[in-house]
Amino acid sequence: MKPQVAFFDFTSCEGCQLNKLNFENDLLDILKHVDLVEFREAMDDKADHYDIAFIEGSITSPSCVERIHDIRRRSDILVALGSCAVNGGVNAMKNLHPIDDVRETVYGDDKYLFATLPAMAVSSVVKVDYEVRGCPMTQQDFLKLLIALVLGKQPPKYGSPVCVECKLKENECLYNRGMVCLGPITRGGCDAVCPSFGQFCTGCRGILDNPNIDGMLEVMTSHGISLDEAKKRMLLYNSNEVQL
Amino acid sequence: MSRDLDLKVHHLTRVEGHGNIVVNMKDGVLEKAHLSIVEPPRFFEAMMKGRSFHEAAIITSRICGICSLGHQLTSLVATEDALGLEISEQTALLRKLLIHGATLQSNILHAYFLAAPDFLNVGSVFPLINTHKDVVLRALRMKRLANDIGDVVSGRAVHPITPVPGGFSRIPEKSELLEIKRRLLEEALPDGLETIETMKALAGAIPQFERETEYISLKHPDEYALYEGDIFSSDSGATSVHNYLDVTNEFVVNHSTSKHAKYNRSSYFVGALARWNNNHAQLGEEALAAAEAMGLKPNCYNPYMNTIAQVVEAVHCILDSVRIIDRLVEKGLKNEKPNQTPTRYGRGIAANEVPRGILFHDYTYDNKGNIIKANCIIPTGQNLANIDDDMMKLVPEIINKSKEEITLNLEMLVRAYDPCISCSVHMLEVDFIE
Repeated sequence: MKPQVAFFDFTSCEGCQLNKLNFENDLLDILKHVDLVEFREAMDDKADHYDIAFIEGSITSPSCVERIHDIRRRSDILVALGSCAVNGGVNAMKNLHPIDDVRETVYGDDKYLFATLPAMAVSSVVKVDYEVRGCPMTQQDFLKLLIALVLGKQPPKYGSPVCVECKLKENECLYNRGMVCLGPITRGGCDAVCPSFGQFCTGCRGILDNPNIDGMLEVMTSHGISLDEAKKRMLLYNSNEVQL
Repeated sequence: MSRDLDLKVHHLTRVEGHGNIVVNMKDGVLEKAHLSIVEPPRFFEAMMKGRSFHEAAIITSRICGICSLGHQLTSLVATEDALGLEISEQTALLRKLLIHGATLQSNILHAYFLAAPDFLNVGSVFPLINTHKDVVLRALRMKRLANDIGDVVSGRAVHPITPVPGGFSRIPEKSELLEIKRRLLEEALPDGLETIETMKALAGAIPQFERETEYISLKHPDEYALYEGDIFSSDSGATSVHNYLDVTNEFVVNHSTSKHAKYNRSSYFVGALARWNNNHAQLGEEALAAAEAMGLKPNCYNPYMNTIAQVVEAVHCILDSVRIIDRLVEKGLKNEKPNQTPTRYGRGIAANEVPRGILFHDYTYDNKGNIIKANCIIPTGQNLANIDDDMMKLVPEIINKSKEEITLNLEMLVRAYDPCISCSVHMLEVDFIE
């Protein structure tokens, strides 16, 4: 029997889900191997049990917590998709500011009317079995995981930094071009897509295990930006992961 | 007639984000008919504080995956306005090409995947793979090409990479653009004409409902405005983009985590139908012929026809993309570096037409190029009051139908606006009270 697969969105831009609707060339083949039972962005159907539940987005409100517990109870395998789900992503930047200031910026005098939680990774609330990193997650990364799960194999893991993939593509180092890039401490797996298009790495796939944060900050500040600015760059996608 | 009706659609499907439809009628008196927005808030304006101008567009494109290109470009133009960064004609042309790609992608996705299933009595596009395989394959082909425009010009269609303040971090190759042009003419144009035939067949099932309202879009003297122009209201005419706050007048309602907007009336319409009503005369003859074939006339007051206006725009985007590529190739692509040297620091405001309507970004920078204040006003937020006003008129008109039919009519109405709910709640949460 084909595995019953579902997609759920929490606080996010839904861009990772959209990337699945963008599987124009492979969509029909994928549907031969899985039963898509719930995907609110594209279909009406609802189901009671999921072999694989894919979760996009951060947990940011009491109702999100309730809903993710409910989905977890009904799922055999639960996968976090994209940086919002994996570590809080850009949403977690709000955690850097005092919550009162955040509320006041948006609500003004009505700031105490509205409840909100810090932006959390899905794994902060329920058990997550697998993750697909990136903002957005790449279609290839998602496909590799899906194929592994359908075949009952272990999906690939990425242990090396973006820099390794960037070197393999023979790109000129962006530091040589006067830019400040997070490639040295960011998890690879993206094929160094941003540096390959001339843009600095923003750290969207998360920080490596055991990163040399001080060394990274030293490299960044020696290339013309302030320590304060260097820290902000590092926190863009990793406010919940990096302690500075 | 005297009737009780208590209708609630929880987490409406085939729209971007989380919304509920709530209708309440007692003894024939309509007490409530509205779209509740229950998406959790994002607080982007708070996150943007203190961020460098290099990061602003990277962050705001994450407001929405579907509209990421639109947010990115509007953000860049606002930053350039604030910092006094001039851009080249090549940059402007490449951006216009990107907008066409994103509009084509989004409009086709909406028409085929999100709206069409309603007309064929199925719950999603997926059953159509068995019954209408050629149509699904055509939609996928058009989407793929539209996304390839994004991949070639901006590095990636969802959350583009290369558009940066002052220009592009990478210029596409001439050969890449010519290949896109070939596919636009050989694949997308015939597919677009077939799409008109398909939509023509569905257009007969579009509910007959009219409510004349205020239509707001960009307007430009020389072209069908998508990238630049003045704000234009069908009620009161043109005003500068810098006066956007006079137009949007955002306000809080207790059934929506997204603010509503109003200008000359209690609500206004943004999106493809507003652009059609305000700027149809600037479309080419092919797009006008498509409109005529599908029964879309100038000054159309049926919101369900927004989907048809999107298909008309798809034809325009295909043909105008070819013209833009011709112009770029004729001028010769130059390997320009982005202009990122600020000539001033202060406030900048920008508006673009994104698929769902007019989008505003407004930033104030300090003299280090870091953001002090940010404000983004989103098309779907601007449409919410108009959707509610439509429902208040529509429900009494269809009250003799079954509850199922009423529900379907209301769901189709909301879907016709192609709402992007994640976008609209990029910042605000209000307790949802029933």
